Parts: sequence; structure tokens; C-alpha cells
Amino acid sequence: MRAFLEANGLEAYYGWTKVLHGLDLSVPEGKVTALLGANGAGKTTTLRALCGMTTVKGQIFYDGQRIDGKPTEEIVRLGVAHVPEGRGTFANLTVFENLLLGAYTRSDRAKVAEDLDRVYHYFPVLKERRTSQAGLLSGGEQQMLAVARGLMLRPRLLLLDEPSLGLAPIMVAELFRAVRTINQTEGVTVLLAEQNASAALDVAHHVYLVETGRIVTGGPAEVLRGDDAIRRSYLGY
Amino acid sequence: MATATSKRDQGAVAGGTNAGQERRLFWLRFGALAFLLAAACALPFYLSNYQLFEFSQAFIYAIALLGLNILIGYNGQISLGHGAFYALGGYTTAIMTTRWGIHYGWTIAASGLLSLAAGFLFGLPALRFEGLYLALATLALALATPQVLKYFDTWTGGSQGIVLDKPPVPLDLPLNQDQYLYYLSLAILVLALIMAWNLLRGRVGRAMMAIRDNPVAAETMGVHNALYKSLTFGVSALYTGIAGSLGVLAVTFAAPDTFNVFLSIDLLAGSVVGGVVSISGAIFGALFIVFVPVYAQQISQAAPWAILGVFLIALMYLMPNGCASLLHRLWGALEKKIAGASAIPADLTPFEDGAAEEDQRSARAASGD
Amino acid sequence: MQTFVAQVISGLSTGGIYASIALALVLIYQSTGLVNFAQGEMAMFTTYMAWSMLNAGWGYWPAFVGACLFAFALGFGLERLVIRPLETAPELALVIVTIGLLTIFNSVAGWIYTYTIKPFPSPFPAAPIKVGFMVLNPQDLGVVGVTLLMLALIYLFFHSTRLGLAMRAVVENPVSSRLVGIRVSWMLALGWGMAAVVGAVAGLMVAPLVFLEPNMMGGVLIYAFASATLGGFSSAGGAVVGGFVMGILENLTGTYITLVGTKLKLTVALAVIVLVLLIKPTGLFGRAAVRRV
Repeated sequence: MRAFLEANGLEAYYGWTKVLHGLDLSVPEGKVTALLGANGAGKTTTLRALCGMTTVKGQIFYDGQRIDGKPTEEIVRLGVAHVPEGRGTFANLTVFENLLLGAYTRSDRAKVAEDLDRVYHYFPVLKERRTSQAGLLSGGEQQMLAVARGLMLRPRLLLLDEPSLGLAPIMVAELFRAVRTINQTEGVTVLLAEQNASAALDVAHHVYLVETGRIVTGGPAEVLRGDDAIRRSYLGY
Repeated sequence: MATATSKRDQGAVAGGTNAGQERRLFWLRFGALAFLLAAACALPFYLSNYQLFEFSQAFIYAIALLGLNILIGYNGQISLGHGAFYALGGYTTAIMTTRWGIHYGWTIAASGLLSLAAGFLFGLPALRFEGLYLALATLALALATPQVLKYFDTWTGGSQGIVLDKPPVPLDLPLNQDQYLYYLSLAILVLALIMAWNLLRGRVGRAMMAIRDNPVAAETMGVHNALYKSLTFGVSALYTGIAGSLGVLAVTFAAPDTFNVFLSIDLLAGSVVGGVVSISGAIFGALFIVFVPVYAQQISQAAPWAILGVFLIALMYLMPNGCASLLHRLWGALEKKIAGASAIPADLTPFEDGAAEEDQRSARAASGD
Repeated sequence: MQTFVAQVISGLSTGGIYASIALALVLIYQSTGLVNFAQGEMAMFTTYMAWSMLNAGWGYWPAFVGACLFAFALGFGLERLVIRPLETAPELALVIVTIGLLTIFNSVAGWIYTYTIKPFPSPFPAAPIKVGFMVLNPQDLGVVGVTLLMLALIYLFFHSTRLGLAMRAVVENPVSSRLVGIRVSWMLALGWGMAAVVGAVAGLMVAPLVFLEPNMMGGVLIYAFASATLGGFSSAGGAVVGGFVMGILENLTGTYITLVGTKLKLTVALAVIVLVLLIKPTGLFGRAAVRRV
């Protein structure tokens, strides 16, 4: 299978501090790939580095095109939706406006309206609350809004950063169900960074383990699920 | 230059250089200082009275800039309104000498003290006037100053202003009035430099800089931020007030519109051009704001200000620490060559701190894991 | 009573001008966290541009539009060329740069157009209008009308266009804005351009009242500072309200408090600034800013 997104020797810096130390990563098209690892392992930084939010060394290919060194907004315009950790909601704008912003780069108005219906279908609560200020939503609702905003881009690649963080288990299940549907019915490639290994392993096809800014191991999800040693030492369940 | 050398003293001592090197360095610095001072003292015998007046004016501005540098450079508070304190000092002297017939020597001291009090009072709410708000409030102060001066016309003579006499030459010294004024300004400047140097290398100076670099940490270490900020504002105003007093004595005239917002901007420009985080920078800055306009004036009446503005902007790109930092570096290289010392100039500046500091936008981007 | 109402109406008219400059300041402050001290001088300079166009035989409204276009280009260009490269520089550096711009505009205007005051035409009729027992000055009404129209247009722009929404998003959360593909740096330049246009309109409105000269905006700027401080730098609506309040306050203190008269008008603004910062630093409508430590 062709690598839709590929990173070779990826290094990332915050100021002078090196956070990623030569990471190699390959995300197959149309699949869900998960980055697992403890807090501080470098998962978030990896996602941020992939879309130009940190200083980067190494090569990043997206759909065969070099994207390292491009500004974030240009990478987004290539169809990469990044749902950041902490959701990045526009708290003072309404839910509807948040969703419209998700489709900011698109000019096909009719299809945008269609997609609006589509995300309302995935997350009905957003439709109910479309005129309220996004900052007033609950944590789970804000997470849904963030994912929905990402979908409004009609992305080819969806980067999800810790979507389960701070959510009740039932919300986590609902969210991951939505992610699976999005992946299966629309063929959106997903790269997911998660601490919640069991939830991620359920939905992912392929898994990488990240530790202190390096890839420790990787492989098909079912293999990792079956490997007790790895499960105990890295996934902690 | 005086402090370019003295500041380095500590660095060299701390660096643990050997005794011979230290002695050589000492004589090098002492020599340089003595030469500069001697040159300054000799100047009156080579220059015309008008040129002397210009140099006196530069020394006077240097005193004011010293005050501004202490405030902006060493304490991190912006003032766009120091012209108001310059005016306060100037009018205090003008009123005391002409209306009450008080000897100008006393009025210089009175101007300084009054400005100290006014600066302290204006600085009292300093903790709440952070950054841009302080800039805004002080600019408003500068804009309002001429109007206030005109309003109290029974004291200030309104728009007419006050004309006063040049200070007479005391003790039958063989000098003319311009020469005397020159030496008077020079003497007060030297005194001001020594006092500033003493203040900044001591406990008070360290507290001021701690507040500039990290107010929260300073507060936890027991520095009373609000008090120190107000005090710094007061001390800064003291310097500027004394300068204003001397300035009025030098031009023998005080009128509201000479203390407009552009005086404040002029002072800010001098401070920035010279280098806000330096004592010697005050002198370079003062020479700049006195002599550059003299030449620029030949182009057009408006040219000095345009050039000043361009300088301000260009400096922020090219040399945010002003002339002083450049000269410090050159002098450091010279010392290294002559004395073999490896004194590396430790120029601390709010500009350099700031470069590392991320801007508001990225700060909000709370970095991930 | 009649004086009182007349003073309030004329206060609204100058208030509209303060509101406009205050709004311009706030537009830039919100998107870049920076107070543009050169805002008033930029407005003055664009008004001179309009004067040049009028002198070249243009009609009033073509010159008005021309000046606005010039202002937009000026603001946009300054952000891209002068402010942008200093994006990560500390506050002090940016304050100094805008002060530098202030002196440059002031002196270049003096250089080109000299410091002699010039009359500037008003698009509104001079003859007073009688409404009931009131005699109204069309000049005042016109200024209020133009200001309100402009404010309405700006409100519409921000609340019903895609670009306006994007600009609000940038103010709110620049990082997330990048993540939805908004070219943030262009939005900031656009903000500067719009602020310059708002300022230009204020300049064109105030010029007939105070005459055209390089220092004409000094008094307006200090009142605009007071307005923005009063309303809150983080609130565009607040700045506008603050502007009208300051306009009325200026007229009423001038008429009724003999100690103040017209001679201490700037000091009133200074006092408002200091008092607001002391009592409620965020202004009447502002939100407390998140402070970086």
C-alpha cells in the first residue's frame, strides 16, 4: 500500500530545544494510524511538526509532495485537517461560525451546506446548539465541534490529537465510532495521537509506539494487541 | 564611555584574570576616562560660544537621558512623557529665579526634588499601568503638558513664557558665561553619571533589573515591585527635572510650546539611539539629538524629525541596543588586544530578552506535550 | 436646557470622530496586541492626500474615496513592510517603531505641505436647521451620520462576510485560525488597512472643524486614547461608546465647569485615562486580558 503521508528523519524544535529525534513514519492511504505513547512522548509534537507548527528538520511527504517548511495554513489548504489538543475552539464565536470557519478555504458553497448537514448528522448535539457560543459547550461537545470543524474542510488527511482527553468514557466511545465511520464511509485517512491505548487500538489499523521523541516500534494493530510484552510495557493495560 | 569601562570592571574581576592583566586593564580604562574628561575640559578653549552652547545642551540632555535609561532600560517601564518632567524642572527654576530671586544653584536642587516627588506620584499606579498602558498614559501626559503650563498663567506667564538671566560667573573666574555654563553642565553630568553608576550596581539597581526581567520572580524574592517601580519613576524624573532646570538656564527662556510632545519623543529617541540599557548611551544619545538636527535642518525645517523617525525605526531592525552596545563591543575588542583580557560585554537588554520571548499569538498556542 | 442639548449634540459629533480613531486603535490592538501611536498622524496624512486631490480638481466624494483607498494601501503596506518583520520583537521595540512613524508622518506632512493651516471643505451645508425648539448644525449631524454609517458597515463586514468572520477568528485564536487555513498574516495587514481607512474618515470629518495642519490630530489622538481606555481596548463596541462619551464629556466640562473651560481640555482626557486605568483597567466593556508571565 502507498504511503499517503511519510516522514523521514523528522526532527522538531521548540526554540532551541529538540523534541523529536529523527522519527520515521508512514501513514497508509484510507487507513487509521495511531501514535501511542505516554504523556510527553512527543505525539503532539509529531502532529504539530507534520503541519508546520514547529521548526522542522527532515523530510515530510504528503501525497507525494514535500510539505516540510511550508506554513501551516498552506498545508491545511492541501486538505490536511488538524484537530489540536485542547480543541482550539473559537470560544466567543457560535458553533455555526466555528463550523463555517472549518470550511474557510473552500469555495464550493453548495457542497459546504451539504457538509454542514453531514456533520450535524454525525454530531446531532451540534445542530441543537448551533447558535450558542462555542465556549459554553461541555468538554465533550467542544471535542465534537473540533472534529466537526476539521471535517468541514473535507480533508483527505485528518490529524486527531488526543481526542479522548478529558472526556467521559461514553463520549470517548461515541467519538471513536464517529471517527471509524468517517474513515470507512468517506475514505478519509486518519492519524491519531492517543494516550488511551485501548480505545485507539480498537479503531486503528496500524500503530506506532512513541517514546521520548522516537518511534520504538510499529506494526498492524492486531499484532500489537496480541503482543503481551509490548502491551504491558508500553500500553499499560 | 565612562561606564563602558566601569561596567566591564566587574566582569573582568569576576572572570578571575591575573594581577598583571588586571593592572593593565585598570590603567587602560583609567587612561581612557582621564583622556575623555581632559578633552571635555579643554573644549571651551577651542570652540566658539555657540558651539559650546550646543555641547552644554548635549550634556544637559545626557542628564535627562540618564534618567530615561534608568527607567526604560534598567526597570523596563516605557515613558513617552518625560518632557513633562523636563518642563517641571525648567519652570521651577524659571519661576524661583525670576519671581522670588532665589539663587539658581538652589533652584536646580529644588527642580530635581520637585520632579522626584512628581515622578514618584505619577509612578505610584505604575504597577497597574503595564507596558502599553504606561506608554499611553505618558504620551497623554506629554500631549497635555503645554496646555497645563498655559493654564496656570499667573505662575508661568502663559504662552509668553518667562525670560531669565544666564547664570553669572562666580568667584571672578576667568570665564565667559557660556564657558561657565558649559563647565557647570559638565560637572553636573559627571556627578549624575557617578550617581547612576553607583545606584545601578548596588542592591537597588539589582532590584530594578529583577523587576524588569521577571516581575513575578522579583516579587517572590521579596522585592516590593510597586514601591520600586514608583521610586524608579521618581529617580528618573529627578534626573530629567535637573536637566530641565539646567536647560532653561542655558536657553534663558521657558515657554509652554517648547515642552510639547516632540520634546518627549526627542528624549525617547536619544535614549534609544544611545542604547537604553547603558549609562554611557545617554551621552551618545544626547550628542545625537543635539547635533544631527543641526545638520538635518539644512535640508528642510521638517527634515530633523523625519530623520529621527527613520533612525528610530531603522535602529529597531539593525541595532536595537543602540550605539552604546556597538561601542562596548569595539572597546571590548580593544581591551582584549591590548591587555589580553577576555572581558565579554554582558549587555542585558529588554530587547534581547524579548527576542526569546514569544509574541502574544504563539504564547497562546500553549505548546503540546 | 437648550444649551445642554446643543452641547450634547455637538459632543456627539466630535465624539464620532474620537470613536472612529478609538475604533481604529482597537482594531489593531485586538489583532496584534499593539497600540498604533501613529494612528492619528496617519489619519492626518491621508487627509492631506484628500486635500491634494481636491486641489487637483476632484469633487469632494471622489477625493473622499481616493483618500480612503490611499489609507488602505498605506495601512496595509506599513503592516507588511514595517511591522511584520518585527513580529517577534518585544513591545518596547514596536512602541518605538510606531512613535517613529508618528514623527515621520508629522514631519513629512510639514515638509510637503508646510505648517501653515489650510481650510478644508465640509460636504455638509452650513445653514442651521430648525427642528422644533432646537437649532441643529448640519455639520454636526453630518459627522454623526457618516460615523454611524461607517460603524454599521464595519459591523456588517465583521458579522456577515466570510472575510470578516476570518478576521474575528484571528483575533480570537490565531493558532486555530491557521489550522483552518486562514492566512493570518494577511488578515493582520487587512486589519491595519481597515484601521487606516477608519482613521482617514475621521480625519476628513475633523479637518473642517480644526483646519488642516500637521499637528491637527494631537488633541484628537489623546481623546481617542481616553475613549479606547474608557470603553476597553479589547472591545470594539466599547471603544465606540467611549468615543461618544468622551465627546459629550469634553463639551459639558468645557461649558459647565469653569475651572476646566476649553483650556484644560487635554488634561480632562489625561485624567480620564489615569482614572480608568486606576479603577478599572480593562475599561467599561473590556475583558481582562490573559497575561503572559
